Amino acid sequence: MLANIVSWIDKRIPMTDTFNKHVGQYPAPANFNFWYFFGSLAMLVLVNQILTGIWLTMNYTPSGADAFASVEYIMRDVEYGWLLRYMHSTGASAFFIVVYLHMLRGMLYGSYQKPRELLWLFGMFIYLVLMAEGFMGYLLPWGNMSFWGAQVIISLFGAIPVIGDDLTLWIRGDYVISGATLNRFFALHVIALPLVLVILVFLHIVALHEVGSNNPEGIDIKKPKGSVAPEELSKFKYHKHYSDKYDIVDAVPFHPYYSVKDIMGVVGFLFFFCAVIFFAPEGGGYFLEKPNFEPANPLKTPEHIAPVWYFGPFYTILRVVPDKLFGAVLMFGAIIMLFLLPWFDRGHVKSIRYRSLAHKINMTQFCICFLVLGFLGTKASSPLYNFLGVVTSVGYFGFFIALFFYSKNEKTKPLPERIAH
Amino acid sequence: MKKLLIALVALLPMLGNAAGGGAPMLHAPIDLTDNASLQNGAKLFMNYCFGCHDTRYQRYNRVARDIGISDELMIENLIFTGVKIGNLMTNAVEDEQGAKWFGQTPPDLTMITRVKGIDYVYTYLKSFYADPERPFGVNNSVFKDVGMPHVLQSLQGLPTAEFETDADGVKVLKHDEHGMAIITTDGSGEMSDDEFDIAVRDITNFLTYASEPSKLERQNTGKWVLGFLAIFFILAYFLKKEYWRDVH
Repeated sequence: MLANIVSWIDKRIPMTDTFNKHVGQYPAPANFNFWYFFGSLAMLVLVNQILTGIWLTMNYTPSGADAFASVEYIMRDVEYGWLLRYMHSTGASAFFIVVYLHMLRGMLYGSYQKPRELLWLFGMFIYLVLMAEGFMGYLLPWGNMSFWGAQVIISLFGAIPVIGDDLTLWIRGDYVISGATLNRFFALHVIALPLVLVILVFLHIVALHEVGSNNPEGIDIKKPKGSVAPEELSKFKYHKHYSDKYDIVDAVPFHPYYSVKDIMGVVGFLFFFCAVIFFAPEGGGYFLEKPNFEPANPLKTPEHIAPVWYFGPFYTILRVVPDKLFGAVLMFGAIIMLFLLPWFDRGHVKSIRYRSLAHKINMTQFCICFLVLGFLGTKASSPLYNFLGVVTSVGYFGFFIALFFYSKNEKTKPLPERIAH
Repeated sequence: MKKLLIALVALLPMLGNAAGGGAPMLHAPIDLTDNASLQNGAKLFMNYCFGCHDTRYQRYNRVARDIGISDELMIENLIFTGVKIGNLMTNAVEDEQGAKWFGQTPPDLTMITRVKGIDYVYTYLKSFYADPERPFGVNNSVFKDVGMPHVLQSLQGLPTAEFETDADGVKVLKHDEHGMAIITTDGSGEMSDDEFDIAVRDITNFLTYASEPSKLERQNTGKWVLGFLAIFFILAYFLKKEYWRDVH
């Protein structure tokens, strides 16, 4: 019976073939480590955000007069509304934690290098849309930090010469942030950006499956056809799309090997995720900021306006530059640098395991700078913090510039022929 | 480069310290499972605070259910505005009117402990002191030049603070070794100091409940969820191991 249904469908759309090509007989390197959980976890959080978002939308009122009260209505009068809301607000922070770790993985193992540049670019666009999504979503509870945070970020566009003021007016739809701004942010947050996000994620995966996954060794598991002795070939059956073109070694089919392994990752992640949701939903004031428990008030500026933590690194870069326009340029420049990473890195060895000491030091200093920048972004400025901000900003940009120069003639370790696993 | 790294790492703990700060606060000994305390807090809040301050995001019947009293008891004793039991808890003062009387609309207090902190609310209520220069004759040591009267004065009596002169010869509040202002009452109130502490604790307890009525349910559910996930993880780990046996 079931076989008949499957065969009926398969004659009309390539269901089984697509499943085999991308899941059941997709060759994945057998040596994925801890860092490789974060891709599937990002997908999990995306689904969490979409599902909880749909249910929140059922009870949320997108208007300046009622938005704040409707969030409290969800927290108090909607059955399990508090759970939906905390899942969504914690999910936003979790999304960035997972995505930052996913990006770091790509940087550690050179997953952005040729031929995976486009894969990296799609990922970066996802990150960009995610930041827009987070920014607009943060306005929706219409708390006081929502209001003032948006005020600060939107005013950045005012630094652009000539069109700046008109541009901020166009973004806000009003002379100040108002219900008009809230309504358009709501529309973008719940429809436009999620659509773009889902399309980009689809493209990200299409691109991944076309070039194949990288791995911690940075060595290809697809060897030229006929170059591998039959007894050396991976013992599993792969879709002909891959096995007709290549000799596949040191691989496993994605399903069931990584689907089962990812279940473990998902449950491990959910443990920490739920620990925050149920025992510290405010995330120590970083996930839900204190001033956001009072309604937006244009006459009452919070003592210290801090963006949500995930914007911290870029906010610090903006802040340490005395000139507003130049600060904004550097801030956007910091993101553009990441986009261009595949071209800053002129090396031919992918994994950090086989790269030079200079690269290892450079990666380490980049990570430290990024963390310190993020920390500083959530704190009020002081002379010490500003100094540290300048130092770490230099470290951030210095990473890319140094990489460009040393990677051309880098002294790397010899690569092994095969992956040991 | 390496030296810079070491310097940065060495600076990190310093950042943590610099990030602290804020005025010292008393620790509020609240207990959300103590219904008697919540009921007393609700009674005091409705009688002494609610005249000017709303808790407009919560409903009477939900509060009654959560603090363990019947709807009838709520209607008879704590609903002063004659509204229905399912209504939101708003008072009779219009926002504009409040602004006229106090210079600023008395803020809604539903989430005050989440905005200011539980310890802050507790400390604030205990920090009023006589100051003839202020319009209502009182000031507050954690909220300088506060715009409201000391509504609990009939309970506490008139509190007076000790002063000293600082290096510039300015008269300032004298603080004890914990950084708290030294405030004593004249004993004219209905309550002893200990009774007043309990009253303030109960109000703080009630407001903490009001700020997040689902907190206890949340933590309770959380234990089961984490327990389930912990067991699930063990199973998922062995399932993975079983599947990967033939690869390694």
